[in-house]
Amino acid sequence: MEKKLSLFESGDEGTVTAVGGEGRVRRRLFDMGITPGARIVMRKKAPLGDPIEITLRGYELTLRKSEAEFVTVYVDS
Amino acid sequence: MKIALIGNPNCGKTTLFNRLTGSTAHVGNWPGVTVEKREGVYKSKGKDVSDPVEIVDLPGIYSLSPYTPEEVVSRDFMVDGSPDLVINIVDATNLERNLYLTMQVMEADVPVLIALNMMDAVERAGDRIDVDKLESALGVPVVAISALKGRGIGKLMERALSVPRERKGVSVFTGEVKDALDTVIEYYKELDVSSPLFHAVKLLENDEIELKRRNAEEVLKRATGGADIEAAIVDERYKYITSRLAVAKTKSAADAFTRSDRIDKVLTHRVWAIPIFAVIMFAVFHVTFSEDFLYIGAWASLGGGLPAVSDLGLSEGMTTFVGIFYDGAVFSPGVILFNMFDTLFGTITDAISGAISAEWLSGLVADGVLGGLFAVLGFLPQILMLFMWFSLMEDTGYTARVAFVLDRIFRRFGLSGRSFMPMIMGFGCSVPAMVNTRTLADEYERIATIRVIPFFSCGAKLPILTAIAGAICEYFGVGNADLITYGMYLLGVCTAVVTVVIMRNTAMKGEIPPFIMELPAYHRPRFAGLMLHLWDKSKHFIKKAFTIIFASTVIIWLFSHLDWAWNYIPDERMNGSILASLGKFIQPIFTPLGFGSQLGGYGWVFAVAALTGLIAKENVIATFGTLGACLISMGANVGGITGDVLIADEEGITSAVAMITATGITVPALIAFISFNMLTVPCFAACATAKAELRKGTFYRTLLFWIITSYVTSAAVYTIGAWWWTVFIWAAAAFAATTVIVLNNKGKIRLSKLLRKSKETKS
Repeated sequence: MEKKLSLFESGDEGTVTAVGGEGRVRRRLFDMGITPGARIVMRKKAPLGDPIEITLRGYELTLRKSEAEFVTVYVDS
Repeated sequence: MKIALIGNPNCGKTTLFNRLTGSTAHVGNWPGVTVEKREGVYKSKGKDVSDPVEIVDLPGIYSLSPYTPEEVVSRDFMVDGSPDLVINIVDATNLERNLYLTMQVMEADVPVLIALNMMDAVERAGDRIDVDKLESALGVPVVAISALKGRGIGKLMERALSVPRERKGVSVFTGEVKDALDTVIEYYKELDVSSPLFHAVKLLENDEIELKRRNAEEVLKRATGGADIEAAIVDERYKYITSRLAVAKTKSAADAFTRSDRIDKVLTHRVWAIPIFAVIMFAVFHVTFSEDFLYIGAWASLGGGLPAVSDLGLSEGMTTFVGIFYDGAVFSPGVILFNMFDTLFGTITDAISGAISAEWLSGLVADGVLGGLFAVLGFLPQILMLFMWFSLMEDTGYTARVAFVLDRIFRRFGLSGRSFMPMIMGFGCSVPAMVNTRTLADEYERIATIRVIPFFSCGAKLPILTAIAGAICEYFGVGNADLITYGMYLLGVCTAVVTVVIMRNTAMKGEIPPFIMELPAYHRPRFAGLMLHLWDKSKHFIKKAFTIIFASTVIIWLFSHLDWAWNYIPDERMNGSILASLGKFIQPIFTPLGFGSQLGGYGWVFAVAALTGLIAKENVIATFGTLGACLISMGANVGGITGDVLIADEEGITSAVAMITATGITVPALIAFISFNMLTVPCFAACATAKAELRKGTFYRTLLFWIITSYVTSAAVYTIGAWWWTVFIWAAAAFAATTVIVLNNKGKIRLSKLLRKSKETKS
């Protein structure tokens, strides 16, 4: 099942299938390792619900839901 | 020979730089501590290197795309700075993402050496990395090191000096990317640029800098047929890394993150994160500044209360000694340190002023030089302590979590959680805080942050707060000094929030900057590094005290003791001095703020104090010391305060009381005086930094912004404090301004058009 990263709940895991957006935000997502094929584990949401913290490529990354919306992930069932 | 250090943020680059050059640059656990390139010379133990090896530390970057200023600095240096060798530092605990930058570095025509850092941490986690396998897969030398422990540094430099001085760039692309690359590379070969491969790949990545070249857009279109292959390039790089390089690493079966994870669960807890943050901030300020540590005195006063130190019946020497730690309440460590310095300085001043017989010389040395200097140095312990807490938060990795927790709030104001760090650094000193804004990618966010940093009252402004708040309590017997101090900090923060919102809705409209940030693993703080950092800071501060502040106190003393005919005039006739007439000239400007013309004959002392604060904020209280001493010997009705009391007055309270008595200034005017000093144009050093960080026009507008903000806020504070009903007038004005801005943004009215029209009618 495919799902936007912004809709992930803590503990969800999956593989990135597509990265949308454009310009600076998209470039930044790529540079931080969010590319098709990358494995993502959702860690948690910040106390105010946004941004979120994920683990990918062996490190912790934080991004906002508005940015996570560009990332489509195939969720493990 | 010139060697450049390049690598991801927070990969240990600066630690390696310090190892190689013996320097003490600050290392933090926050991505982007190094924001400009730094140069040093390699110091090898024992051996004499005939050709000196220059080391250039570049800002940490994730990629060589030009989206943030530090990425541009690193990229320009690597491609155009013609280094003889690039050492790419790779964080071995975070191999995949770090190698992504390596892939880009390899595309340039420069010799590359990989320093595989933090190998000790990898081993501790039970993982293994096959260095030889990595080296043969990459085709460039790889050396395993631990910059922190100093392991492998000798071998690294040995390999560095023997690497061939020529290397052609290589790339890993196949298929459609390779085909497009072949077309574009021809274009760059014709342009005759260095590293054609590097530039060609960047053009395919829709790089802004490359697209500006002549015909570049057509070449790109021809090569790709209009298709976007940016994603394909990134994808191929990462595929190459995961399939060929990352396999050199074998992970142990145990889960890698455990301790860091457990700490994180508490510090970023859904409910507790924000309360914990508030408590930590409170504790930091309490331990550093409170005169009632752990509220022992306040608790005791519920019963009989603790006796004051003078009531303990001790000998004079013992009273002084005990008074350092205790006076009706136990002092916090910061205050104890302050008192130690205070007592020491008082003794020195006494001894020196007693040894000099000439009246004018004794006055110049004791009041002018020592009074001013000690007023400044006295605060060094507390400022250093504050620095220590903030570095500690940064070193452990907590600061990054705070940005994560608070981002949602900052976004409301049109900023990102990243701007939190420079702002909180502003509580220590505006200068490093302003430099740190370079990690903000968004231009408007940077400008807005730089402008409000001085509102986060820095260490040097604290003396103004404590002296005047203390004097208010002592003289008028109202309020609580701590409460006034906290209140003023709060006023600064509120002003910052309000002005940021105004800026983001008027001159600096734009998208909210992205917030995609690495959260580094928690580290144990490193004591040696912390002490080095503090030593660095104190050196800087002491230097400032002995140069700029020293000079200005002497000048103020001379101006207050010379008349226009350059004759020496004693303290008693200070009103005839050069300083007095200058002060009286500018005094009327401050009338709406409560410390202007209404204060009468001696009122100019406040105007002068505010002006000297422009040189360095410590000067405000240093000036208080100098002028207060004069007022007292002048006998200007200062309520029985004598010169002896003043000499032991490093906290400035007594001089402030003297000035209050002489001028008859009111409480609201005093509060307005503090808020003016807090919010107005910062010291020379901060202005110079802001000027260097901003474009010229922006800098002048920033100066104007500071003057207007401080003047308006202080006028509001004074008038509301003096006549409470003026609060309605101010509220109405604020409402009107908000309405105009909102209507303008909704397109109902056009402010710019109205302005233009009024200009036309005028001309």
